[in-house]
Amino acid sequence: MDHQPFFKRGPSPVARLAFFGLLSIALMATDAHFNQLALLRQGVGLVLHPLQQIANSPLTLSRRASEFFVTQSQLAEENARLRQQQLGHAMQLQLNQSLQAENAHLRRLLSTREGLTHRATTVEVMSAGRDPFSRRIIADKGSTNGIQPGQAAIDDKGLVGQVTRVQLLSSEITLITDKGQAVPVEVVRNGLRAIAFGHGRNNALELAFMPVNMDIQNGDQLITSGIDGTYPRGVPVAVVSQIERNGGTPFARITCTPSAGMDRYRSLLIISVGESAPEKQAKRAK
Amino acid sequence: MVKAPTLARPPSGQFIAMTLFAALMLDILPWQGAALLLRPDFVLLLLLYWAVHQPLRIGMAAAWGLGLVMDVADGALLGQYALAYTVVIFLALALHRRIQAFSLWPQAWHIFPLLLVSQVLVLLAHLLSGAAFIGWGYFLASITGALLWPPLSLLVQLALKHNTVPDATYTSSRGGDK
Repeated sequence: MDHQPFFKRGPSPVARLAFFGLLSIALMATDAHFNQLALLRQGVGLVLHPLQQIANSPLTLSRRASEFFVTQSQLAEENARLRQQQLGHAMQLQLNQSLQAENAHLRRLLSTREGLTHRATTVEVMSAGRDPFSRRIIADKGSTNGIQPGQAAIDDKGLVGQVTRVQLLSSEITLITDKGQAVPVEVVRNGLRAIAFGHGRNNALELAFMPVNMDIQNGDQLITSGIDGTYPRGVPVAVVSQIERNGGTPFARITCTPSAGMDRYRSLLIISVGESAPEKQAKRAK
Repeated sequence: MVKAPTLARPPSGQFIAMTLFAALMLDILPWQGAALLLRPDFVLLLLLYWAVHQPLRIGMAAAWGLGLVMDVADGALLGQYALAYTVVIFLALALHRRIQAFSLWPQAWHIFPLLLVSQVLVLLAHLLSGAAFIGWGYFLASITGALLWPPLSLLVQLALKHNTVPDATYTSSRGGDK
């Protein structure tokens, strides 16, 4: 039964659906499991970038306008406050310098290697992520400014997230509250090590796999342990806000609120900790 | 029988591209929080409009390409919007004669399930790649999208009236088509 169409309109709709559908599924599978599509993403992203800038311009313009029309008294107030803050910081800095010198001295005595040095870049948050499923933000500097995937993003209060994808002129930072994000942390009070996972939905973190008898309390400060070599050591991450010890499960349910202002910041610091720990180990083994 | 509409002039390819571009710009505005949840998918709405009214010019290839652009704009898994748009435009092409027979508000009732299909497909892609379900509020965008269908259609028709020059060659041939 050979059915000839009266008008030539190319392949049938079902054939087209199958073709584009399979192509999309293949794309998804490749993107999820391999890292081959960065070039395609960068190409489309480069075309899209100016459009995004234009789309963002009303917001940036209104921000600039509101910055311009600040009253003098507000400025003076802020100036005084900042001066006070700076004085406090200067004092801490002096203390820090002497401590650093002492630390270096002690390290030499113990003949261990030097502490890690950090390189830092300031970035502005361009837009909050548009995907409601994940916690991501887009920053305004990319690989041309030396941003690399894996670097940590912090604000003035604590750890914000990690750079997960870098394009030429922008980079994507996954917040620590994203469901797929894990941060090795340490309790300040007793040095207990744990891993904080993002909760995904609420603005919260969870400490996973902590046995019910672990010594952890409400209000405990968590800082990065720096074991992974991704995050620098000692950055505040979160504060324990709720502990549920349920007899039915071997692990306690520990919820923490992040220290950094997750939705509030505008400028962030991207820091890199040199090589990651596994890389270093590989180098040492050679 | 529905009242026959005034004879529509065929839009130029440039005009179609312009409307789709405007929709893309609307979509990539910095929406945040509740506005992001309520934001209808303008690109898909415009694609649907053209698939229903100009099924020979806007098809699955355009839907797939724009879907890919949306994937990059969202920074999500590549291919999920491409797949969703392709499937929805396929359905719209299959239904376009039926949809055209209704007036604008009943048309919106046809558009609503189509928008829902796109959202469900995107949701499935997210869930399969390990994201958490973000609550039923996610589907609000389909409702706002369907509500926006009648005003959007009127707007495009209005712009079309101003945009195109009367062309004698079309007026005779388009009569039986509608």
